[in-house]
Amino acid sequence: MISAHDNKAPADPAVIKEKILTKYPPKVARKRAKQILINEALQNETPEITANVRTIPGIITMRGCTYAGCKGVIMGPTRDIVNITHGPIGCGFYSWLTRRNQTDATAPDAQNYMTYCFSTDMQDKDIIFGGEKKLEAAIQEAYDLFHPKGICVFATCPVGLIGDDIHAVAAKMKKKLGDCNVFAFSCEGYKGVSQSAGHHIANNQVFRHLVGNKDEGKPGKYRINLLGEYNIGGDGFEIDRLLNKCGITNNATFSGNSSYDQFASAHTSDLNAVMCHRSINYVADMLEVKYGIPWIKVNFIGAGAAAKSLRKIAQYFGDQELIDRVEEVIAEEMPAVEAVAKEVRPRTDGKTAMLFVGGSRAHHYQELFKELGMKTISAGYEFAHRDDYEGRHVIPNLKVDADSRNIEELEVEADESLYSPRKSEDELKALAESGLEFKGYEGMIPDMENGTMVIDDLNQYEAEQLVELLKPDIFCAGIKEKFSIQKLGIPMKQLHSYDSGGPYAGFQGAINFYREIDRLVNSKVWGYMKAPWQENPELSATYVWE
Amino acid sequence: MLLRHTPEKIAERHALTINPAKTCQPIGAMYAALGVHGCLPHSHGSQGCCAYHRSTLTRHYKEPISAGTSSFTEGASVFGGQANLLQALDNIFTVYEPEVVAVHTTCLSETIGDDLPQIVDKATKDGKIPKGKDVIYANTPSYVGSHVTGFSNMVKGMAMKAEHTGKKNGKVNIIPGWVEPADMEEIKRLAGLIGVEIILFPDTSGILNGPLSGEYKMFPEGGVTIDALKSAGDSIGTLAMGEWCSADAARYLDTNHKVPCRVLDIPIGLMATDRFVDALRIIAGVSVPEEVTHERGQLVDMISDMHQYFFHKKVALAGDPDQLIAMTEFLVSIDMWPVHVVSGTPGKAFEKRIRELTADLPYEVNVKCDQNADMFLLHQWIKNEPVDMLIGNTYLKYMARDEDIPLVRWGFPILDRQGHQYFPTVGYKGGIRLLEKILNALLDRKDRDDPETSFELVM
Repeated sequence: MISAHDNKAPADPAVIKEKILTKYPPKVARKRAKQILINEALQNETPEITANVRTIPGIITMRGCTYAGCKGVIMGPTRDIVNITHGPIGCGFYSWLTRRNQTDATAPDAQNYMTYCFSTDMQDKDIIFGGEKKLEAAIQEAYDLFHPKGICVFATCPVGLIGDDIHAVAAKMKKKLGDCNVFAFSCEGYKGVSQSAGHHIANNQVFRHLVGNKDEGKPGKYRINLLGEYNIGGDGFEIDRLLNKCGITNNATFSGNSSYDQFASAHTSDLNAVMCHRSINYVADMLEVKYGIPWIKVNFIGAGAAAKSLRKIAQYFGDQELIDRVEEVIAEEMPAVEAVAKEVRPRTDGKTAMLFVGGSRAHHYQELFKELGMKTISAGYEFAHRDDYEGRHVIPNLKVDADSRNIEELEVEADESLYSPRKSEDELKALAESGLEFKGYEGMIPDMENGTMVIDDLNQYEAEQLVELLKPDIFCAGIKEKFSIQKLGIPMKQLHSYDSGGPYAGFQGAINFYREIDRLVNSKVWGYMKAPWQENPELSATYVWE
Repeated sequence: MLLRHTPEKIAERHALTINPAKTCQPIGAMYAALGVHGCLPHSHGSQGCCAYHRSTLTRHYKEPISAGTSSFTEGASVFGGQANLLQALDNIFTVYEPEVVAVHTTCLSETIGDDLPQIVDKATKDGKIPKGKDVIYANTPSYVGSHVTGFSNMVKGMAMKAEHTGKKNGKVNIIPGWVEPADMEEIKRLAGLIGVEIILFPDTSGILNGPLSGEYKMFPEGGVTIDALKSAGDSIGTLAMGEWCSADAARYLDTNHKVPCRVLDIPIGLMATDRFVDALRIIAGVSVPEEVTHERGQLVDMISDMHQYFFHKKVALAGDPDQLIAMTEFLVSIDMWPVHVVSGTPGKAFEKRIRELTADLPYEVNVKCDQNADMFLLHQWIKNEPVDMLIGNTYLKYMARDEDIPLVRWGFPILDRQGHQYFPTVGYKGGIRLLEKILNALLDRKDRDDPETSFELVM
């Protein structure tokens, strides 16, 4: 078989960077130069990258908008809240069931509104005369039809422009309805520079209007919240299976497979485990300041990472019984993972990957590729900030520009009645000394090898150039990128929605991922790019029938 | 039950749309623009619209969909988007080198009042549009119409490129409406068989059903060229398929360039295809070749062969007006019974047309097409009057599962099946495929449900 991946191109990253930039007008080239970084290990510091800055008009970006981050990513996976998009029909339509959020609403009386798309479907007269009356009526109609525990309202671009006061409408309706929590999100698409702004707006409102409303959570001895896990392709189910098996109670996931009551009782848990640093690290901080719950960074993507994260959680609680149980579970789960890895590895070893997704996945999935013996030669985030690349130590030095200033920062302080420190200062100190890092995240760059290319807000032209020049064996991004990459003969794995696959978290997820990547990089189809007559277009001197 | 909260009792709703049977204008403009050769669509607004439209089109066509965005942030929303669009045009022509950029607005740029003709004019004067390159545009605020009207507006934008030299080119303009790339190919094949030279616009065949070859071309070979569009003003006539999708462009050519037009239905099913073939024959002054008549006979043959299985079967439909009108006529013509018809695209003529087509049926069809018409209502209708089959886009699969009704996927978007890019549903061949899909769904269900005693090998 002739592979599309023979003849590796010379891979001098400086040459590649230069080549990419030459096509741009000078101003664009200058800006992009700061967002394309050739990784070099420095002694005590991580090289600096420009991130979370505006997308350049006309450059075909991978990014979406603030509304998409708020309604789609954070609130989308919540099953028993009626999410009403206030705006013209499109925004609601496009965020309707397209993110592969799974939810378990199999209990006979469980409410599940995720299969519905609710919109005020604004018309031109609503834009001219204002849409508040229509929104009010829509909330009433939703309440009369479903009687949900909560109704959330999401602003789209024109709502912000015409100045509808969605928060006043929500407050009025909450008071009027009495037994339904109504609140709103000013997540107009034009706010901020990417989806990230929408995550922030969503999380702030959930924290403000939901967390702390219910003082009884799920029972258990070791109770945690899992933050920044969205149950794409069932990841959350697999993580919950593992936690249950270990005897750890996941009281609330923010926000995969989530429910109203989980959010409302999140303040009763004893530890916050943060998966996606980008989308939710500030919520972890707020939960600590207001309620006294410490947080640690975890990563359940990759078998090694999952084992490490379970051990971290056990170490935090410190009970020998839990520590032993976690070791038992890891010992039970690992052999199956190792067996598949051993089977697959001869076919994946030494292959290369590129990952351009989200604001943590491009980092987390490098673990899985390492386990397959594959090297990540280029990676970057779609909507991350500098701390996701360089680590949390840069947070105090981050420049707050006009776009970031648009996004509300909540000021929180210890709750008068609900604050209670889960561990004493001494206990925390002892745990830190024994190697458990609180509030720590080193970012993606230190984990990547020298000479790899770290690129923020990659665009379609650069993706195509990178693939042609570096010829990776697999490229990971989203649906918009999928087919332009595959046309080049390179398998493309969606890591926002996983195509049809998943879960990829935890041990079972690692097995799924090993098999999926084996399938993709070794599929026969990539050998069919050229017809026989294209491989040898010259007529040869002898004919087969001679 | 996936739609467990949908009650049987229908309550009037005025403000809340649930499970819409439409989406917004710009995605239609983007799809239409992809049917122009060497064209990069551009979304003038914040970048989420463009991301959503590209994602949805990609999921439906399983092909790369490239498009630019003006990437508004708060500043542009306050001060206007002119600077963003000028910069975008400069970047697009420098980096991607398209022949044409097709700009459409979003609800954001429309609400702040950006004036596209003025900005494009300024871009031309400032030299941001290289010599020999073109910009076409359409106004597509999302709070007016639907994806269907957005498509129509961009097609009219194409018609506005037409020039009139006074010398006829001997061609017929065909505006196919929002159909699949395979349908556009089929229309070209039929015109070829009949021996008529046509200018087809838009034409997404070759662009959105392209091969996998190890090469990526942002601008594949297909699509109507700007030269062909210019020449459309010299054509002998225009056949516009679908009042909603195509009539505006056709009437523009009629009014401004004296190119007479006829507005036909999309040629889906026997009768609409008959009318199309007949109109094409008459306008070009040719006779219909035996081959086409033969294909027609094959469709008629299949209808007669399997008539017992679909006779008087009840169908619920959701989709877009032009398609639904043609489908309703087809179903009635083969003695099936459309009983519920929903389209989110407004237009009073729709209900009138559906009522005319179903006037001879022994019941009154439930039909709704205003902005309050949605799939939630359709589901409620079905709960009150059950049907044997659903025809419409992928979103109907939830209803199909809950109510255990076979679903024929047809229309936009189809996110979970393949084939629509490659196999037409227009023309007689398309009719055969459509009937096959309907029959298979009904017969699969029959095979599943029949008791063992009457389970049949031969059907």
